[in-house]
Amino acid sequence: MHEVMQSMDYWSMLFVFVLSTFIGIGVIGRVSRLLHTPLMSITNAISAIAVVGSIIVTGSEHPLPIRVLGAIALFASTTNIVSGFLITDRMLKMFKGDRKNK
Amino acid sequence: MNSMVTQFSYVLATALFIFSLHWMNDPKSARRGVFSGVAAMVIAIIATWAQPAIIIHHEWIVIAIVLGFMVGVPLSRVPLTAVPQRTALSHAFGGLAAGLVGTAEYFLWLSDAQENLTTFRMTAIIAEIVLGYLTFTGSIMAAGKLQGIKWIPQRPVTYPMQNVTNIGLLLLVLTLGIVLVMNPVNAWSSTVFLAIIVLALLFGVLFIIPIGGADMPTVISILNAYAGLSAVAMGFVLDNKLLITAGALDGSSGLILSIIMCKAMNRSFVNVLFGAFGQVQETQETEGEHKVYKSETPEGAAQILEQANLVVIIPGYGMAVSQAQHKVRDLYEQLKKRGITVKFAIHPVAGRMPGHMNVLLAEADIPYTDLVEMDEINPDMPQCDVALVLGANDVVNPAARYSKSSPIYGMPIIDADKAKTVFAVKRSKNPGFAGIENELYFSDKTWMLFGDAKAVLNELVKHLSSDNGM
Repeated sequence: MHEVMQSMDYWSMLFVFVLSTFIGIGVIGRVSRLLHTPLMSITNAISAIAVVGSIIVTGSEHPLPIRVLGAIALFASTTNIVSGFLITDRMLKMFKGDRKNK
Repeated sequence: MNSMVTQFSYVLATALFIFSLHWMNDPKSARRGVFSGVAAMVIAIIATWAQPAIIIHHEWIVIAIVLGFMVGVPLSRVPLTAVPQRTALSHAFGGLAAGLVGTAEYFLWLSDAQENLTTFRMTAIIAEIVLGYLTFTGSIMAAGKLQGIKWIPQRPVTYPMQNVTNIGLLLLVLTLGIVLVMNPVNAWSSTVFLAIIVLALLFGVLFIIPIGGADMPTVISILNAYAGLSAVAMGFVLDNKLLITAGALDGSSGLILSIIMCKAMNRSFVNVLFGAFGQVQETQETEGEHKVYKSETPEGAAQILEQANLVVIIPGYGMAVSQAQHKVRDLYEQLKKRGITVKFAIHPVAGRMPGHMNVLLAEADIPYTDLVEMDEINPDMPQCDVALVLGANDVVNPAARYSKSSPIYGMPIIDADKAKTVFAVKRSKNPGFAGIENELYFSDKTWMLFGDAKAVLNELVKHLSSDNGM
């Protein structure tokens, strides 16, 4: 029984992967070419969702060396989240249509 | 119960991430995308952190997050000309995080829960560490090249048997990976695991050194896809669907950008990765005739610009190097004041990463409605009175249309040569990054303005504004 549950979960993970790839391709194909640099920064920040895995490894009751690896990973992911979102916003603020001021 | 809350938060976060990317389709709604992304991330972090059964060492988490902020905030304040290397660096961090978590999980399960090392999971771990570590060193090398760090060679490094070495190394990693998947818990398994890490790190370096600056937009996109896929693999390892969805969004973004970049250079993935530009350079010298440039003074150029109705400015990496975007803005103002239509023609691979030129020009306060894509501007080029080529080279080289021997043959270009007059601002008489002569510079209607882009523009603007002063 346990075996069956396990293998079914693998399949559902693969489904999730394939479907979200298609959603990604659909959504990102429509992103304006103007914004490809900010797009790359924001997807960078989004893929720093690895932070979730890092938190689990760092915070759990594991041997010290494991938690050190987790903490470094957590540091790297947090850096990506913070710098990724901040710089995306900074760039997007600069994109202006026809200016009315001046 | 608790896990239900966590799972629900993850579903919510996934939906917000998708909205975040959806809103990036228009500059008007794009900032909403950032807020939605931040919200998703905060929800995911809180939901994970708030699992009392799992998370015990809070102080470690706090310290790592604080350090991440301390490095992340300055990294978000770099000048926009340095955005390509910042992006490469963040791919490196993403790869590193995936590699380290994969390593941690493997050794954890090897020491006390070997039943967790199923074939499926082992395959996912191998994918995670290989992608993670090769993205790490590859992106560090790419960032180093872009930043111009001394001990990293800027020009493509090629050596005999390079492709054979790289492919051989990749096959070796795959073989070791298969061996390890089949024997995850043998006495020697951890040695094989460490060997794979070392080889993946090495492969990252070897895979980037033959790549030149002109190929950087493609390579950064490919590394982006790898960083996303390593997060997906981490999701498979940890049985976490949020990691899979968010990683897949990043992976597909990298994939799409890579395809766009490759199309814009008329090259295939394989060609970018394995066909270093170095091999084709010799064919250039053979053309016997000695060609001469005609150069023009900024004063003369200013007079011609004043007579124009439509001016198209074609920016390239040279504009970024000399930080000339603000001077471009002054020129734009001067011309606009005279009722001249000014458009910017943006080639998809201009600069060092996708969209690089758009961001620099937006920084200089040029409305994005005047930034026009190559395919849209080309039909208008015959009506263009003056095309001003600003630090761009290969993207306006007419040889791409017909010269089969040229390494850029078949690449779509901006039809600068169809304009009535062309001014090309160029730092020196040396050919561009790819080492290819550009015959546009020798055409009857082309005049060269030699000098640093910023200095030349400064002169142009000075002449235009003094004329105006009468």
